[in-house]
Amino acid sequence: MSTTAAAASAPQPTGRPLWRRLIGFNLLTAVILGVAGYYVGALIGHTIDGGKSFEYQAATDEYDLALLLGYFGGVVGFLIGLGFANYPISRMLGRPASLREKEEQGIGRYFGLCTDHKVVGIQYLVGIGVFFFVGGLNAMLIRTELLHPVPTFVGPNQYLSIVGMHGTMMMGMMTSGILGPFANYFVPIMIGARRMAFPRIEALTFWLLMAAGFILTSTIFFGGFPTGWTGYAPLNNEAVMGMDSYICFFALVGLSMALLGLNMMATIITMRAPGLTWSRLPIFVWSVFATSVLMVLAAPMLVATLLMAALDRTINTSFFIAGGGGSSYLFENLFWFFGHPEVYILALPGFGIVLELLPVFTRKPLWGYRLAVSGMLGVSLMSFFVWQHHLFVSGINADLRPFYMLSTEIISIPTGFIFMCVMGTLWKARTSFTVPMMFVLAWTFNFLIGGLSGVFLSDTPSDTDTHGSFFVMAHFHYTIMGGLIFAFFAGIYYWVPKMLGLRLNEKLGKVHFWLMFVAFNSTFMPLFALGMEGMPRRVSTYSPALQTLNVWVSISAFVLGLSMLIFLYNVVYSLIFVRKAATANPWNSKAMEWQVPTPVPVNNFEQIPVFDSDPYDYGIPISVGAGQPAAAGA
Amino acid sequence: MSSRPVSSGQLPGEPNHARRFTTIWLIATLIALPLVIFVLGPELPPGNASQQAAGKVTDNTVLLAMATPVLLLVTIYLIYAVIAFRQPAGGALEGPAVRGDSRIQTAWIVITSALVLSLAAYGTVRLEADNGAGSGNGPKPLTVPSGPKLPVQVIAQQWAFTYRYPTYGGVETTHLYLPDNETIELHVTSIDVIHSFWAYQLGVKADANPDVDNVAFVKPTKLGAFDVRCAELCGIWHGYMYDKGHVVTPSEFATWIAQQQKQMAPATKVLPPYSTTYLPEPTRRAE
Amino acid sequence: MGVVWPRLGNKYGVARESGERGDGDLSVFMKKLLAVGGAVVAIGVLIGLYVADWATTQPTAVASSVATPPNSGGTQLTLETVAAIGPKYEPSHPDWVSYLVRKNGQWVHSTIYTVPANSIVHVTVYQYDGDSGLRNPFLSQVQGTVGGTEVVDGKTINSIDPEEASHTFVIPDLGVFVPLPGVAEEAKNQCEFAPCEGAAHRTIEFSFKTGKKGRYRWQCFVPCAAGYLDGFGGPMQTLGYMDGFINVV
Repeated sequence: MSTTAAAASAPQPTGRPLWRRLIGFNLLTAVILGVAGYYVGALIGHTIDGGKSFEYQAATDEYDLALLLGYFGGVVGFLIGLGFANYPISRMLGRPASLREKEEQGIGRYFGLCTDHKVVGIQYLVGIGVFFFVGGLNAMLIRTELLHPVPTFVGPNQYLSIVGMHGTMMMGMMTSGILGPFANYFVPIMIGARRMAFPRIEALTFWLLMAAGFILTSTIFFGGFPTGWTGYAPLNNEAVMGMDSYICFFALVGLSMALLGLNMMATIITMRAPGLTWSRLPIFVWSVFATSVLMVLAAPMLVATLLMAALDRTINTSFFIAGGGGSSYLFENLFWFFGHPEVYILALPGFGIVLELLPVFTRKPLWGYRLAVSGMLGVSLMSFFVWQHHLFVSGINADLRPFYMLSTEIISIPTGFIFMCVMGTLWKARTSFTVPMMFVLAWTFNFLIGGLSGVFLSDTPSDTDTHGSFFVMAHFHYTIMGGLIFAFFAGIYYWVPKMLGLRLNEKLGKVHFWLMFVAFNSTFMPLFALGMEGMPRRVSTYSPALQTLNVWVSISAFVLGLSMLIFLYNVVYSLIFVRKAATANPWNSKAMEWQVPTPVPVNNFEQIPVFDSDPYDYGIPISVGAGQPAAAGA
Repeated sequence: MSSRPVSSGQLPGEPNHARRFTTIWLIATLIALPLVIFVLGPELPPGNASQQAAGKVTDNTVLLAMATPVLLLVTIYLIYAVIAFRQPAGGALEGPAVRGDSRIQTAWIVITSALVLSLAAYGTVRLEADNGAGSGNGPKPLTVPSGPKLPVQVIAQQWAFTYRYPTYGGVETTHLYLPDNETIELHVTSIDVIHSFWAYQLGVKADANPDVDNVAFVKPTKLGAFDVRCAELCGIWHGYMYDKGHVVTPSEFATWIAQQQKQMAPATKVLPPYSTTYLPEPTRRAE
Repeated sequence: MGVVWPRLGNKYGVARESGERGDGDLSVFMKKLLAVGGAVVAIGVLIGLYVADWATTQPTAVASSVATPPNSGGTQLTLETVAAIGPKYEPSHPDWVSYLVRKNGQWVHSTIYTVPANSIVHVTVYQYDGDSGLRNPFLSQVQGTVGGTEVVDGKTINSIDPEEASHTFVIPDLGVFVPLPGVAEEAKNQCEFAPCEGAAHRTIEFSFKTGKKGRYRWQCFVPCAAGYLDGFGGPMQTLGYMDGFINVV
């Protein structure tokens, strides 16, 4: 029986008045200290600005340094208010570490610093979900404007800001879209650990992301930013103050990503239960590991690049300004050195979820486990060698282009391994078409289209016509939305019974799936044609001949938004009104996370389990005479 | 585990799925490929208005032809698997416990690697056969076309393209006129932020970076107009940096350029001498 | 059992057995959750409306007025350029350079102008700003106006000294390129903030023809945005200051 000291009994509400309960290190204090921190930072910034070197402040009415320091102060205040400074300070003062953070009960835990990885997982799910919808609403605004070939509803400045916010919000938030909720919640359980390696850092990554999201949305008060999510110099230098929100957002996101990856790697490497060798690791954990390597290595590059951009904007350095001795190429290269691993950070967890769910719903072991692992690690490694394919027509050294064409083509080989594993697992399977399985199959189709269009883009002559056009947009929406987001929903439908102990309505789920799948393809397939017909990205005006196609795409996008609303309705309906309890293992899965009871106990396991096989022990063993290898443990 | 039934890979009465699927896929490919190569191929963008563009139509056809069997393979497989390999309603059957097949895996790796490497090789050949296939090669292109070339400088600024003809007295114009059937050496540069010169029908795209001379080669082969757009976000009017260029006969071009030289003489007088890059004032923050 | 069950709503809501549904049987906690959720949605909708309002805010369009003699036919558009718009017109960006347009005898801060199709538009610009110099001296020559010229302080010219350029009025889609020379540096009584009556200025007049209907953009090409990189940030990139639309109706 568990005898954790703090878990003797669930503490009941003590009857203290509300205002007494609100004092302490919680979200309210965090917001108050965040606002105070903003003003302190801005005050420091204005004081420095008042010096003679920043005459431009008077001419432009812009106070970039004050805003950046204000954001920095705000984030510091916010984190202190949540209680992140308590542990370091108490240790520095020689006091013992407090376990209070994990002991609290009740729903209040979800609104503050909680070191229980399961709570952080659910926080991520809701937090990222909120910003995903914000990004989606931006997309709806974009498609509304694109109904007409001449600018109609949205002013040109605001349009660029909305385009930028959509892309930036999605890229920043969805990089942690699967690692945040699902890896945080399930990796310790999958590997037989009681917690993550660094629980407080885990909570920190979540709150950094929330602060970042708020900062990005605040850009509309400061004039927005005109550069799109790629933030190219020198345009990011010419931009008004809203650009600083972008810089701050991505810096915080980069920090959050690096810490998240670090935590995952440390956990997976050091905290596996006895018997869990690398070859018995669930494929989802492998994908998390491969993603974490990328996060740790690539995210700091982004932070450094943005720091240089911030220095250029505030104290007049010239890293990226040709007139001052710098180079606009430097920004492009630094950004894409991060940017390309970033998109594989988006893709890899999708691979993991798909391969993890397939055995459960096909009742067969995962086909080609080692191949899948080498595919993921191969993608991970190769992703650092391909970034210049974003600069094929930029005027880079012409000798480099065949090399990067080759490396980009080569990276499609490990990506293909995943498809082979999917197809092999489906062979002669007994597939049940539950909602998660349907999302998995849709993923396969979508990522296929995305991947094949990537082959077109990796071919430099073809890329010459499609770079910077809607073809690229279609490609990455197919891989990121068709890939990652579909896998995200597969994960939600699959894992919510374990996370929340409740089932999502299956019928509503199927309606959501079909509407989303059809609308998604209807929205993004024509974009390939639009791109090849010559429509550039990030424009609100286009050739009138392309209007019919654009109207079709916009209407499909509205239907896609409707499918999200249906999902929301399903969530509210199933989780609040119906509340149909889930059994401990509704999918009859052999994976470890389904062998623990629902709800998952606070320390996951009463006793650390001992593993003796991988979680894919499904299927009828084949007799040796038929020429197939018998199913043995890994 | 020991009490589970053991069966061979092929159940009695079950059709030979491998043969069935392969047949369906082969038939589909045999129908689709000729359609793609001969019917769809010639219609593919970017069209035949220049030598580079025509080369890319071929390139796109090859890519599409290689992608079609792969697309059909996976899509037909998915549909086949969804139809043939189902769990009967309410059933709890399991599939065969096969964890891999080294022959299939090796075949897949070899075939995909061969496909991909051959595409990379073909892409390189295509790239250099047309001297960059209309893309911006940077200041030092890998292969330079032989014979006489007409240098035309494209100056990208916020938010319009202007064009300078160094061999015609450095005259600068707001519209791009090119002579037909002559090799044009485009020098694309910017004087402020990153733009991208995209001449759609000619199949030319070259980014304009400040202080960089980005060289692209094109040989127009058809008379007519072509769209010029900016393909790199450069600020508020990025989508409006739209112009129409014209490919005209060499004699019409000579007439036009002479007329421009006369008409734009006051402007030509005050222009800086022709250079592959310009860094006009202010180079930093404006006073 | 000694194990704590950290379940969402454990103390407040009871999960039903599988299959059972409780209509109208919400626990207190669930009702509170719904109320909070509803409040969040309501706030979200308000925020959404605010964002939609922000996104669609543009300067109001000002129509050109009937032309007066000595110009016959067509319409008249009177504009002025000021070095700094001033706190009266724009408290958030008082130091930004800007165009203004005359409407019913008042100066209005707008850059969206409505003109009739297939007609002549006579434009008078009162230039109160000093010169910044063109980045691309090519634009110092007048193009696309009636006669290919402009009248600066009474003198008809077809190009200016590029160093003297203060702003340009360019409608690229109509081929209209008009450089506007600026007030000399040593001129007395220069205008600081709009409105700029009686300060040192130059008067520039030109006319252009409109064709079919449409919405055409116009912009300034001179790096006049003080303090920004290349002089092209801020007001140069914001509708309502140095950029606008010509609605040809």
